[in-house]
Amino acid sequence: MSETTYAIRLRVNGVAYDLDVPARRLLSDALRHDLGLTGTHVGCEHGVCGACTVLLDGEPARSCLTLAVSVDGQEVTTVEGLTGSDGELGPVQQAFKDCHGLQCGFCTPGFLTTITAGLRDNPDPTRDDAREMVAGNLCRCTGYQNIVAAVLRAAELTRSTSPGDGAL
Amino acid sequence: MTTKLFGDPIPRVEDDRLLRGDGQYLDDLGNDALEVAMVRSPHAHARIVDIDVDAALDVDGLVAIYTWDDLDGPMAEPLPLLIPHPTLTHARTPYALAKDEVNHVGEAIAMVVATDRYVAEDAAGRISVTYDPLPPVVGIAAARAATDLVHADVPGNVAARMRQSNGDADAAIEAAPHRLSLDLDIERSASTPLEGRGVLARWDTESGRLRVWSSTQTSTGLRAAIAARLQLDLGQVDVIVPDVGGGFGVKIVHPWPEEVLVAMAARALGRPVKFTEDRREHFIAAAHERGQAHHVEVGFDDEGRMLGLSVRFWHDNGAYIPYGLIVPIVTSTQLLGPYKPGAYTVEFESLYTNTVLVTPYRGAGRVHAAFVMERTVDAIAAELGLDRTVVREANFIQPDEMPYDHGLMFQDGKPLRYDSGDFPASLDKLKKLVGWDEFAAYRDEARAEGRRVGIGLACYVEGTGVGPYEGGHVHIETSGRVKVATGLTTQGQGHQTVFAQIVADELGVPFEDVEVVTGDTRRFPYAVGTFASRAAVMSGSAVALAARRARAKALRIAADALEASEDDLEIVDGIVRVRGAPESQIALGTVAVLSNPLRYAFDEASKAATQFAVGDPTKPPVPEGDEPGLEGRDYYSPNQSTFANGMHAAVVETDPDTAEIRILRYCVVHDCGPMINPRIVEGQIHGGVGQGVGGALYERMAYDEYGQLLNASFMDFLMPYVTEVPEAIEIDHLETPSPLNPLGIKGLGEAGIIPSSAVFAAAIENAEGFPIRSMPISPSELFALRREFGRDGA
Amino acid sequence: MKPAPFEYVRPRTVEETVAALGEAADAKLLAGGQSLIPLLSMRLAAPATLVDLNGVEELAYVRTDDDGVRIGALARHAQVERDDAAAARQPLLRQALALVAHPTIRNRGTTVGSIAHADPAAELPAVLTVLGGTVTARSASGTRQIGAADFFVGPLECALRPDELVTEIRVPARGPTSGTAIREVSRRHGDYALVGVVAVVDVDGDGGEATAARAGYFSVADTPVVLDLTDTVDPGPAWDRASEHAMAALDPVGDIHASADYRRHLVGVLTRRTLASAHDAAKLSATIGAGGRMAADNSGEAGS
Repeated sequence: MSETTYAIRLRVNGVAYDLDVPARRLLSDALRHDLGLTGTHVGCEHGVCGACTVLLDGEPARSCLTLAVSVDGQEVTTVEGLTGSDGELGPVQQAFKDCHGLQCGFCTPGFLTTITAGLRDNPDPTRDDAREMVAGNLCRCTGYQNIVAAVLRAAELTRSTSPGDGAL
Repeated sequence: MTTKLFGDPIPRVEDDRLLRGDGQYLDDLGNDALEVAMVRSPHAHARIVDIDVDAALDVDGLVAIYTWDDLDGPMAEPLPLLIPHPTLTHARTPYALAKDEVNHVGEAIAMVVATDRYVAEDAAGRISVTYDPLPPVVGIAAARAATDLVHADVPGNVAARMRQSNGDADAAIEAAPHRLSLDLDIERSASTPLEGRGVLARWDTESGRLRVWSSTQTSTGLRAAIAARLQLDLGQVDVIVPDVGGGFGVKIVHPWPEEVLVAMAARALGRPVKFTEDRREHFIAAAHERGQAHHVEVGFDDEGRMLGLSVRFWHDNGAYIPYGLIVPIVTSTQLLGPYKPGAYTVEFESLYTNTVLVTPYRGAGRVHAAFVMERTVDAIAAELGLDRTVVREANFIQPDEMPYDHGLMFQDGKPLRYDSGDFPASLDKLKKLVGWDEFAAYRDEARAEGRRVGIGLACYVEGTGVGPYEGGHVHIETSGRVKVATGLTTQGQGHQTVFAQIVADELGVPFEDVEVVTGDTRRFPYAVGTFASRAAVMSGSAVALAARRARAKALRIAADALEASEDDLEIVDGIVRVRGAPESQIALGTVAVLSNPLRYAFDEASKAATQFAVGDPTKPPVPEGDEPGLEGRDYYSPNQSTFANGMHAAVVETDPDTAEIRILRYCVVHDCGPMINPRIVEGQIHGGVGQGVGGALYERMAYDEYGQLLNASFMDFLMPYVTEVPEAIEIDHLETPSPLNPLGIKGLGEAGIIPSSAVFAAAIENAEGFPIRSMPISPSELFALRREFGRDGA
Repeated sequence: MKPAPFEYVRPRTVEETVAALGEAADAKLLAGGQSLIPLLSMRLAAPATLVDLNGVEELAYVRTDDDGVRIGALARHAQVERDDAAAARQPLLRQALALVAHPTIRNRGTTVGSIAHADPAAELPAVLTVLGGTVTARSASGTRQIGAADFFVGPLECALRPDELVTEIRVPARGPTSGTAIREVSRRHGDYALVGVVAVVDVDGDGGEATAARAGYFSVADTPVVLDLTDTVDPGPAWDRASEHAMAALDPVGDIHASADYRRHLVGVLTRRTLASAHDAAKLSATIGAGGRMAADNSGEAGS
């Protein structure tokens, strides 16, 4: 009665992985448990909290609402992929540190990926833009004040680095 | 030159790791472990007739199934009553797996262990339980009416009745020039941290030791509970708390059924076992903090001074009461806030209902308390036509009356005695911050434009740093690095940073050289836990005291080595040196080497130390009463809590048509004494305010009359997004130091949330012009009130 | 909260898809998954077979012509929302999509999927119904067109047969003297509406008087409800009669988020606001002239 598995390939943070997973394996679980990339967190498994948000072909997506088999061959960026290749924190990560934008850190990876894509699409957000950018992610610890500040700070940091650095 | 770190808003050391995705939360661990799914009751109240596991047995990947019949010895007994109380005469706690009866939707009936969670759920789904449903008791009214009982042997559904008083309130009310009677209802919701509960256990057969990781707020409490249940020596059990994705109170409950069951299974199966709850489970199988219904009688004079205050209330404690009466006891005592009514009586009944158990959630009874008191004071002001701040000022305990003893017993069994605080000064700051005196003009302008705006304020006092103790261990290693351990736990409060700031200051070492570990019984085995805004006060003080001991020893040895007097020595950037003669110096790491009389030179550090001669050759190398090593260990155990306070003000706008409620301004003045890290303090306030907004305007556990929780998901349980919280939270601080601990600090973990329901009720009432006596409130409910008070013609 | 096991089929073409649907006894289609996967994870749905549409590239289109917009089954909400030609031809699409959940959900969720899911609280079914759009359903035995008015049968229930797949929806173009708006009240930003109204108002070419008014309601009944409010228009225009008419015609139900009375009240409030907004949009577009293409698609506002 063993479950059928499917051979898929995922490119995660620029690295190709070959996996054998059952069809029902959620992308969140495949990343966390099959690939050991535990930076993406699971808060609700019904798509509301946003903690599981990764970038799928560059666009934010809820990994808990995605079957791994469904995204065979696609590119996934997780929080681990936001750190620079030299080990330095990326601008969004640095901004969160500068602004005390995290407390327990559980929701944070979902915010980081979302904001990374958001700033790519809107590199010079207003305060309202910044709030809108993170309006689909839940945080229980911070009351969001410093997260909004971190978005604006990340925009600053991204603008101040030379083109091609930092942002995706 | 090391600058003072206490008071420095330095960035957190935790952040780098967490931002890279290198956090180690419970479910990140144990990838090799078997996983658990639970069979849970779908009924609020039922007898279990039969549990049939046959259909589950051939699920590929199934390892084991447990029901109550499989439990032995202490495992088969009801889970412990953590905090007994003489008035808690009818305490009932759950079994780890339901025995004959289930008393709330979500109660655990069977545990399935399998190769992964998917398979475990498959097997759990095939287990067939036959029930004989019983009538469920839901809500305070039904519990009081007691037409049906939750527990057959608990008459009237009453777990406890408690009364405290100071003076004769009834007589004072009777004799007072003015009297008011109020009924006030408040429902809270639940902690709902983003990370649910989880536990991982490994039994090592070779060493006969059990290692447990749990997303818990108490390492030592859990360790003791597991050891007792599994009949192991305490010394055979280690509990390590990994990164925790938020607690807010719910994770102080221990042991959860799953915690002892997973430990038991790991040992029985000889394989690591892990349980990670899902979101629905967190709603129906963790804990909430729920409702209270209050009846207030108050007598007052022409200035609004309360001459007598009598409060009776009914507390819904859910199906079981393992955490005791903390929530209603806190309400009883913290209700007094910054005021000194002439006489006070408080009486409550704690009632069972067939719903999830009720334990403290950030605020822990204080939110109810502030709501009741602040609505009462506002009602007094309305009755007399006085400004709401003026009535408060008339009732304040004055700074020169500190310490102020209320003549009551607080939740820690100690006298409710405020140690410090300046309430008039706090109120003054708040009025300036929000522009209290200018508001009436603003409101008139808004009215002319057809807008409805209102302002509210609410005050609270919070007992923090509750005992009995915490401990700290500071170990200066031969490398010069300082390893600090304390037994309580961390869920995002920045303890690694804050405690390092304290120790770095105390010792005179660079901040970067200090490393802090919390919540690991291997590193510090005596502790209580993180809750009740106590960690900074308790462990902050303990590590400070421990650091002082280590420092004293370092100076003693250094003085010997440098042939100087201890009084002439200072420690700067980790170097002990003679003040004014800096060439006479010795690194702390070297002092650490000297503190341990070794025979063998293991490394450069031990070789380098040979240039110094310490000790008296005529005495033993380790003198009487001393120990090798450069360590300090100490405990902070106060005689009472230290009382922080705060006041919030909010300006809201209500839509005349849709009754939607918008927050225009939110102001906080708080006093937690001197702040170790102001940025972390503000973060705590922001978070508390966010939860306060949720609790006042969005969140409610929606039980139907059958005891079904209708909103057991984030879709229908409405936690605020960024769009629901104020765009700015304006904060001002007051610092009245505590005389009770070495750092003069007070706790503030709950500061952001305590007055929230009170302040929003007040602001909405001010906007609408009719009383708001029940919280939370939604636009739909506001609309209904408008109809009731005949105000719905916009 | 993990899905129960299922057979998995990943067709690459529409033909392969309808063949798979024809063969499987108990199959569900997976497109965006934003509604389906939570149901699978909560085990509220446990189909024997899941047919994954995500490889059927040929369905990932948004095509605009003079008659309107045709949206293929695999077009993501975000894709439709961004499509300027579609927004110009029928502004209501972009207006409504901005209210659907949050942008991250819209990156995966499909517009056709939302239609087929038939959630009474969703925006797009009401949009399609009030505009008189059609659904193209395909099976191994052929293709049929289903009018929006006949498509939504009950809560989460549509007129599709088990072996059918929606390949596209057709959204009619906005007329040159027509204006649209959508308004909703929800508890939190991005939540399902407590009550929502989609309005289309037509005006005469000269003075901008309203000549026709229709409103589609969501979250008030088991399916979207469309009311023709043309007869209730008073000169001015005043929308009070329209508002009262709607409040009398509809019978919303209460739940934990809002009482029936409050919902009925919101029907009245939102009818007024949405019709007024649609009327303003109509007047603007009629003033600007033929097609009114440039006028009507300022976003930021959910009425134009």
